Amino acid sequence: MAVGLDKVKPEAITEERQLIVDGMDISGHWNRMFEQRVIWDYDTSQLDRVTDLPGGESLAWCYGCAKCTGVCPVDIVGDYSPRKIHRKTQMGIDLFESPDLWLCTTCRNCLRVCPKEVDMIQIMPAVREQAVLAGSVPAELQKAFEDTAKHGNPLGQPQRKRADWIKKAGAPVPVLKDVKRPVDLLWYVGSYPSYHPRGIDAAAAAARIFHALGVDYGILGIEEKDDGDSQRLAGEKGLFEMLAEANIAAFEKYTWNRMVVTGPHEFNAFKNEYPKLGFVRPIVHYTRLLVEYLDRLRPMLTKPLNLKVTFHDPCYLGRHNGEYDAPRQLLRAIPGVELVEMGRCRENGYCCGGGGGGMWLDSFTKAHTTMRLSERRVREAVEYGADVLAVCCPFEVSRFEDAAKSTGHDRLIVRDILELLDQALEGQP
Amino acid sequence: MILAVAIKQVPNLTDDLEISADGTGLDYDALTYVLNEFDEQALEEAVLVKEAAGGSVTVVGIDTTGELDGALHTALAKGADRAMKVTGDFDRDLGSEGQAQLLAEAIRPLAADLLLTGVQAADDRDGQIGPRLAALLGWPYVGVVTHVTPEPGCVRVHKEYAGGLLAEFVVTLPAVIGVQASHQPPRYAPVSKIRQIAKTAQIESVAGQGTPASSSSVRRMFKPEAAGQAEMWAGEPEEVAGKIATLLTAKGLLKL
Amino acid sequence: MSNDILILAEHLNGKLADITNEMAGQARQLAGALGGQAVAVLLGSGAQALAESIGSDRVLYIDDPALAEFNPEAYARVLAAVVAQRQPRVVMLANSSVGMDLAAGLAVTTGLPLIAYVNALSAEDGRIVATSQIYGGKILAEAVPAGEACLVTCLAGAFRPEAGRAAAAVERIASPAPLDGLKVQFVRLIEPEAGDVDITQQALLVSIGRGIGGAENIELAQELAEALGTVVSASRPVTDAGWLPKTRQVGKSGLTVKPKVYLAFGISGAPEHLEGMRGAELIVAVNTDPKAPIFDVAHYGATCDILDLLPALTERVKSDT
Repeated sequence: MAVGLDKVKPEAITEERQLIVDGMDISGHWNRMFEQRVIWDYDTSQLDRVTDLPGGESLAWCYGCAKCTGVCPVDIVGDYSPRKIHRKTQMGIDLFESPDLWLCTTCRNCLRVCPKEVDMIQIMPAVREQAVLAGSVPAELQKAFEDTAKHGNPLGQPQRKRADWIKKAGAPVPVLKDVKRPVDLLWYVGSYPSYHPRGIDAAAAAARIFHALGVDYGILGIEEKDDGDSQRLAGEKGLFEMLAEANIAAFEKYTWNRMVVTGPHEFNAFKNEYPKLGFVRPIVHYTRLLVEYLDRLRPMLTKPLNLKVTFHDPCYLGRHNGEYDAPRQLLRAIPGVELVEMGRCRENGYCCGGGGGGMWLDSFTKAHTTMRLSERRVREAVEYGADVLAVCCPFEVSRFEDAAKSTGHDRLIVRDILELLDQALEGQP
Repeated sequence: MILAVAIKQVPNLTDDLEISADGTGLDYDALTYVLNEFDEQALEEAVLVKEAAGGSVTVVGIDTTGELDGALHTALAKGADRAMKVTGDFDRDLGSEGQAQLLAEAIRPLAADLLLTGVQAADDRDGQIGPRLAALLGWPYVGVVTHVTPEPGCVRVHKEYAGGLLAEFVVTLPAVIGVQASHQPPRYAPVSKIRQIAKTAQIESVAGQGTPASSSSVRRMFKPEAAGQAEMWAGEPEEVAGKIATLLTAKGLLKL
Repeated sequence: MSNDILILAEHLNGKLADITNEMAGQARQLAGALGGQAVAVLLGSGAQALAESIGSDRVLYIDDPALAEFNPEAYARVLAAVVAQRQPRVVMLANSSVGMDLAAGLAVTTGLPLIAYVNALSAEDGRIVATSQIYGGKILAEAVPAGEACLVTCLAGAFRPEAGRAAAAVERIASPAPLDGLKVQFVRLIEPEAGDVDITQQALLVSIGRGIGGAENIELAQELAEALGTVVSASRPVTDAGWLPKTRQVGKSGLTVKPKVYLAFGISGAPEHLEGMRGAELIVAVNTDPKAPIFDVAHYGATCDILDLLPALTERVKSDT
């Protein structure tokens, strides 16, 4: 006889805060697991090694429904998904030593569909950290760690040259050290926009747009360091903490109202991870900021581009942070742009392969998949007849441009939304 | 095998170095420090020898910067077993002569079999530390070494001459070896590990006795005349490429 | 104490190192100013002819089978004894694989001050003044020894060689120090692996340094070298990192090259590197740091990014040829 069921009415379901049935307390989240299923058939010690780690627990919750396999971007080019990881570790494969450990890009599509909330965004960094501590890291990833530790950026460029890109900006770029007054916006530029030639193109475009709009902002210049979040997801938590401490100190040196961020990974870091270290400030991705300025921006966009454009949702802007509309609003504001959506878009958007450390595992991932994720994505853009693949993540431009070349789709143009806006801006050559 | 590694920090040469107001030293407050790159190689070689022959590695340095702990924590993260620093009121520009005297005092009680150190450093104006240490300890020294193989009672080393020519020596222990390069590139110490170690590791402190005087003194320090002998080309990479191509053509190295 | 300047002659594989006569030239000048003689000390076995080829005032040739090959311990014993006997004002050693093994130890055993990385040496009112090139060639330090005498280690290429002189008087003596019971035993010389290209035989070299950034960019230099019909050489950081074989290294611990044109890309120009390439007929340096010492020896320079320049130049060469 159940106690406390007297409120159940035939026409409505009543939720109980606490419920005890046959002496068992069954209160809690609807998805709560009351007791771990007891597995007799296998030696679960490999699985236990994962689930014993703080962050690794949820791998045990998998009940093998395989919804994740259907949406995992890596499975589409390989043989990999959280469910498969669970099954393999259950059967005694050592995840700590397996190449599988480095294939997850933390794109979050599995977590979106998982009924059991098996969270690879927690599991992967936890297991990878152990591998990093044990020194078993793919060489190219280790080089990115070393470069970041030594130079403050994964490209291995000198810290003192971090602001050199502003010479190519074609518009004044105020550096806070020289501005010596409070500003409305602190613009966190990021490593790739500061150093990578194609990233610099986007940063320069942003500088020209900000200048045209009269945005009151400043950058940190050589006081800025990489955000470190992708290194954290790749297993180097200490490196992340070291960078975060340095960045937070630099952020707090100056007076500003809001921070605008070029990259979704950095946006995610400052919005969701830095607060855990005590840094809680308003953060905005550049797409959302420019939407706020759209009434002023739109009349300036006078040069029609006449292009069929498709948009790739960055995992860390879309699925991780729920922003799908701002980039599309900006694209639609450009005269002559016809926006076409790819099959995999918005919540189910495909992944470029650069997240969670994938940016620095290119050869490794290539060796363990049939094609790069970026190559798969470029093919999809071409299938939908796009002239331009538009992006708004600094990881993506070079990834997709390389993929367009390697798949023979050289005619596909890859542009950051900043570059397209800049191109349409009046007075630009 | 009981191994010791003598390390030191040197100014980071990617920074701009400035001369002090009195013109006889660097503006040390404006500097950042890094571990001497050759000491990094020496540490790696020591850890490789330990891995091959067993034993322990003790890293020791003079804390002239007040920041030596970071370098010692990194060394522990890379596989050193003990870390020691010699503390005292030392000048930032304490030379090899003074450092070697202090290090020799700190190293003697370790009863080490093999002492490895970087073959040179960017700031050893008064000579390298390794041979000084060897002479003070009364041990043999071989420097510019790129490979150390442990054998019973001795080590077999490869010493490098110009042009990639090598000489092989067998050195009876205890000995001091000046390492040019480890036979495998230095390993990466995850920052996670360094930070873990920084929280728990014990760094042994030894008080340095006195401030050793230097037997030579710098009366003037200066930057080389920006001779700027080179005629500089401005412009975009394409323009520079054009100028180089013209030059090569003129030298008959580019057939049109 | 005498006013003689002692120099340690350096030789390897039966060949006198260039720096020996460079030091001899400087030693004669200095000895002249101080009223002494330039005395070279050559340690070897059956090396009379080498001793006679040194341009010093006198040569002290110490002949012993134990000195047939360089042995740091044996050399240190002999040198300490010679210095104790002859009491020179200055002892000059090369800042080389040999000199660097000896000088600092000798400073301890003789109690003499040592000034290292010396590229200028003079006497002012009878006092020795030596200039060290330190911090990767970025800084010069002019120093004076506490007493009257001192040791110096000299950089290659710093002094003009003393060449074409009549043979000096060679005094051949037995080792002044016992050479038994050595703890360092010479085993053998190991020649560098053959098979790779010989960078010393090229009329043109595409040479890269730390500025290349990573192994993945080596290809950019290879493509240019291929288009130019030559090979890629490098500075030490590149070969140490394993991005190119050791046989491609230019400089102190690598090879000395004298091509018609030396293209230095992303090389800052540490003294150890300059030693190996300053003899090139024409040097073009490209480095983003306008203050890099490489521009002091280069004839032409630019400060653009080599990762942009390399493909641009490759393109240009391909379209020109």
